[in-house]
Order: sequence, then structure tokens, then C-alpha cells
Amino acid sequence: MAKIVGAINTTHVPLIGRAIHQHLEHDPYWKPFFDGFPPVRDWLDKVKPDIAVMVYNDHGLNFFLDKMPTFAIGAAPEYVSLDEGWGIPTVPSFKGDLDLSWHMIESLVDDEFDITTCQEMAVDHAFTLPLKLLYPNDSQWPVRTVPVCINTVQFPLPTVNRCYKFGQAIGRAIESWESEARVVVIGTGGLSHQLDGKRAGFINKEFDLMFMERLVTDPLWITRFSIEDIVEQTGTQGVELLNWVIARSALQGDVVKLHSNYHIPISNTAAGLMLLESV
Amino acid sequence: MALDKPYLDIPGTTIFDAEQSRMGYHLNQFCVSLMKPENRERFRAYERAYLDEWPMTEAQKQAVLDRDLNRCIQLGGNIYFLARIGATDGKSFQQMAGSMTGMTEEEYRNMMLHGGRSVEGNRYLGEDGDAQPQHQPQGSAGKQGKAGKK
Repeated sequence: MAKIVGAINTTHVPLIGRAIHQHLEHDPYWKPFFDGFPPVRDWLDKVKPDIAVMVYNDHGLNFFLDKMPTFAIGAAPEYVSLDEGWGIPTVPSFKGDLDLSWHMIESLVDDEFDITTCQEMAVDHAFTLPLKLLYPNDSQWPVRTVPVCINTVQFPLPTVNRCYKFGQAIGRAIESWESEARVVVIGTGGLSHQLDGKRAGFINKEFDLMFMERLVTDPLWITRFSIEDIVEQTGTQGVELLNWVIARSALQGDVVKLHSNYHIPISNTAAGLMLLESV
Repeated sequence: MALDKPYLDIPGTTIFDAEQSRMGYHLNQFCVSLMKPENRERFRAYERAYLDEWPMTEAQKQAVLDRDLNRCIQLGGNIYFLARIGATDGKSFQQMAGSMTGMTEEEYRNMMLHGGRSVEGNRYLGEDGDAQPQHQPQGSAGKQGKAGKK
């Protein structure tokens, strides 16, 4: 059976794309953020996953309001990076893994998650930037990918509890796949940020750090909050933490935190990074 | 059906719910059309004519022409999509977000560099934080207002 080697959660702020492109890793503004990544890259180099299951939210590249699935899974041979209209350079396309995609789809629907399947899919910065951060020097992506896209844009959003269970079902799906493949689950987005209105710039460090801690020790803690509570506590776009919840709950049982980083600000956002492994 | 909206008491915040999404559909559709370079060119060349190609309300078109992002959001825009207007104008996400607060670009950038907007007083309406209605506009614009005619 396939093995889940661990979970990584990271911020996906678009401006990171420009910083990478302009080689600003050592710039004083960016250094505390980029310095978080080498330990995670070392770990990836050690565990060498074959496939990355990417849990993220799209910002209007692949899904617009005309069709807005709550949970969508890619089942394409290739996922393309396209111009999102805000000046981030595109990156080479990502190879899919059709066998895992379809196995996950069958397993998840059997598990009563009625997902949308996508045999063509463009992937935006929420998918591409985390992989660029994790594999900065590779001319070809060393992992195949399966996109799992969550609606964090248009209310009603899935509840935190639903996301938690969805992540557990993803974990069961991967681990029931007859394959020798090694899989890493990557959740992207967050942490606290608000991009709009008079409350723009809202950051809640105390809540973010509590969330990161509880994700390790007591992942059900966050399920006590409604989506409205999470907006109140972490800002209108802080709800992207749902992607972190899903990646975390894909790991069954207890986990250990191997590395984390937290830095304010990147653009309007509190940037977080976490590497988790099952015990 | 009336929607239960427990989130209406968060200051300075609009939730992109069904009502906003219905109201803003064509406004947001116009915004995402700007993902294509040729559309950005056409919009820049003659904004009004480009806007008139979309079944948006006059108020929505005017809000776009005025680059009034708060008004755009009030009229159903979503910041993820509206951000394509700012990008077309060469503005960063931070410049766009800051423009909604009344602060100058520098004031907003400094706020972010110092840890962002505080949680204190900014969670519910009725508290006394800087995002509350009684403290608008923010930054030096608000101070001038108090000292001057307002």
C-alpha cells in the first residue's frame, strides 16, 4: 500500500512568486520567511516522496463563480500554470498521477464525499508557489501531483469539522491505494490575513500560534470554531487554514512536529510553515 | 429564504456570501476577464467602453472607474477577483488592501511591518479598535479630519 510520509503546511502569498523570481531570498524583508524552508527541503530530500497531494484553494484561475465546487480533485495527466493576471511568472507544468487521482475519487465518493472530478485543470499560485518553495532548484518537478481544491472563496464554506473528516478520508484513500508510492500531503494558505475592507491588515498572532500548536497536539480543537468565528479571529482570508486542517487530518493518529516557522508580515499576511510526521 | 448572518458584527468586514455573490457576478466576471493580457490592453485603452460590454450596474461601473474598492466590495465584488483591476493598474495586493483603510501606503506598510492590525478592539462591532466605524478614516487622513472641517 502507498505510504504517507508526512504533511507540510505553508502560506501561499502571491508576492512570494515575485520574490523568488527576483532572487530576494536574502533581502531583509524576505529572509525570515525563506529561512524557514531549508529544514523542510532537507527532509524532502531524505524521505523522497513520489507524489504530492496538494490541498489548496483556487483564486479565480481554474474555478470562477460560474462553477464553484466545495471539494474538487484533479484527475489529469498534467496540470498547467497560467498567467493569473497579477504578474507572477508561470512555472513548468506538473505531472499528474492518474491512478492515485482516480483511486482517491473512488475511495472518497465511497466514503460519502461527493466531490467534483476535473480531467483538465489549471493550477494557480496556491498550488505552484509552495512547490517552488519546497523544490527551488529542480529544473523538473521531482514529484507527481494530485490537486485537491477547497472552496474558501464563496460562502457557505465547508465547516471545519467537514474539512477535518475530509482530510481523514483522504488519508484513508491514499493508504488503501495498492502502490509502493510515497506520498506527501501539502496544505497551503493562511495564516491570519484580511485583504479587504476597513479591517484590512488584520493579524492574530496569538490565535495562529495556538492553531499551529493544537494542530499537533489536539487537532479537533479547531473544529469547535464556526467559519464565522474563524473569520472573526483570523480575517476574511484566514479561512484558508481549512487547507491546513485537511492536510493535518490526512495523517492518522498522533503526529510529531519536525519543524515550524512563523513570520509577520509577508505582504498582508502572517506566514506560517509546518512539517508534520506520523509517530 | 432569509439567511442567518451571524458574521455581520465583524467591523470593517464584508463576507462574500450568496447575496454578495449574486449581486456581484458580472462585476467579478469583468475582473477575471483581466487575466488575459489582450483584455487588460483593451480595458486600459478605453475603460468605459470595456465596462459597457458587461451587464454590470451603473454603480458597479462607476466604482470600478473610481477605483473605489470598498464600494466594489459593497456591490458584490470579491477581493480575489477585484485584485485583477489593481494588477492591471500595476498595484500590489498590499497597495490595494491599504487603499481600503484610508491610510497612506506608507502608514499601512508600517502597520504590517509592526505586526499588522491589532486584534484588540477589532473583533466585534461596538469595541474601540481602529477598524471600527467611529475611527474612520484611519491614519493621518482621520487626524486631519478631526482637526479640520469634520
